[in-house]
Amino acid sequence: MSGTGDKILASMTNEEISRYSRHLLLPEVGMEGQKRLKAAKVLIIGAGGLGSPLGLYLAAAGVGALGIVDFDVVEESNLQRQIIHGVKDLNRPKAFSARDRIRDLNPRVEVAVHNVGLTSENALDILHKYDVVVDGTDNYQTRYLVNDACVFLQIPNVYGSIFQFEGQATVFGAENGPCYRCLYPSPPPPGLVPSCAEGGVLGVLPGIIGCIQACEVLKLIIGNAPSLAGRLLLFDAWRMKFREFKIEKDPDCPVCGDNPSIEELVDYEEFCGLKAEEEPVDNISARELKARLDRGEAVQIVDVREAHEREIFVFPGAMPVPFSRITQSENTLNPSVDAVFICKVGKRSAHAIRALREVGYEGRMLNLEDGVNAWARDVDPSLPIY
Amino acid sequence: MAVTILIPTALRAFTGRQSQAQADGKTVGEVLKAFADANPDVRQHLYDENGELRSFVNVYIGDVNIRNAGGLGGPIEDGDTLTLVPAIAGGVVCEPEQKP
Ligand SMILES: [Zn+2]
Repeated sequence: MSGTGDKILASMTNEEISRYSRHLLLPEVGMEGQKRLKAAKVLIIGAGGLGSPLGLYLAAAGVGALGIVDFDVVEESNLQRQIIHGVKDLNRPKAFSARDRIRDLNPRVEVAVHNVGLTSENALDILHKYDVVVDGTDNYQTRYLVNDACVFLQIPNVYGSIFQFEGQATVFGAENGPCYRCLYPSPPPPGLVPSCAEGGVLGVLPGIIGCIQACEVLKLIIGNAPSLAGRLLLFDAWRMKFREFKIEKDPDCPVCGDNPSIEELVDYEEFCGLKAEEEPVDNISARELKARLDRGEAVQIVDVREAHEREIFVFPGAMPVPFSRITQSENTLNPSVDAVFICKVGKRSAHAIRALREVGYEGRMLNLEDGVNAWARDVDPSLPIY
Repeated sequence: MAVTILIPTALRAFTGRQSQAQADGKTVGEVLKAFADANPDVRQHLYDENGELRSFVNVYIGDVNIRNAGGLGGPIEDGDTLTLVPAIAGGVVCEPEQKP
């Protein structure tokens, strides 16, 4: 589908012709294509790593109207890759910071700010005004929500996703093309795959994947271009390799198949298992742990961070047991002494406790609440927060 | 000769950081089982509680998803390459927010 195929195209001013001349010189784009870009409305979901190059390139290319959905604020650790924001934008809402940078780059672009989280209640209302949706979110529940909404509204959904050194891109919801559920019918249970904040990401990677998404958006609008629909592009930045896999439309897909069983937006937190009760663990705050250590109490501290993370700083007196090998550590712990598990933000350590419980470890286990970052914040400010 | 398995970044923490492995088998299922036996930490990421392949991990022979080509029972030959492609979600901040 070409997103603006049936619109009456407005003419372009001489200033616009000068500005976009390098597009106009391409026979595949030309005046007609550039007018289509001017008439197009694109929604960027997430003004982060992927949303940054998307916002910049789509605005520079002359897309007439951009919507930005994000409810987050700019944090210092974002600036390693989220190049649409600057130091002056720290603590500002990302959607407004992105809007200002886009206006600076191309004041002709109309920018609509949606400073909200996308939900089952507001998604159709926000999305239906747009010709193309670009998914640059960071979590499974929003990805399935965006997918389903785009299928229902018949809007192409340009997908990109990243992890550490690896990225994926494709186009879902194109005419007769597959959707996200055709590729991945359901998400991983929470906690099985480490989140990016724990897993890290090479700063330039979202730049590359976001640019691939931007390219697909422009071609969908210009029309008559082969797209990534039906192909999953996989990029490995470390090995600098692109690979491609076929994505078949699944006739049994619950949203886009022949007999869809899902015909309206559902509860995506529930679908992604986020409402399932996780087995609780006992927490200990950084200050409490400090007090116990000061009183000379016997505590075994288990650092489940990986070796390269311990290089950021070594937690004094902690026994290193990387999360990936946690269940093999059962015999090195003394069940008669309290064990405190620590990681970056307190999530992997909680999962480590559950995993050890499952293999039958019977000693008392405590989870350092909010991880070593809380220790740096509340106990030892000489340490970095990362 | 054996089947080469390409391991994605998201699973390398569970394979001793290896990016590829070799395993033998006559079917896709046999090769994956041999791979999981050699890398026990990876097992829970490939199979659910019932021993079914997890739906957020796709397995490709060449560029074809085994779901569209005989599944775990489908044949595989020495020299083939299996690629594991799990769902990844990152993009923005990447820290799952703790919603109340
Ligand atoms: Zn589908």
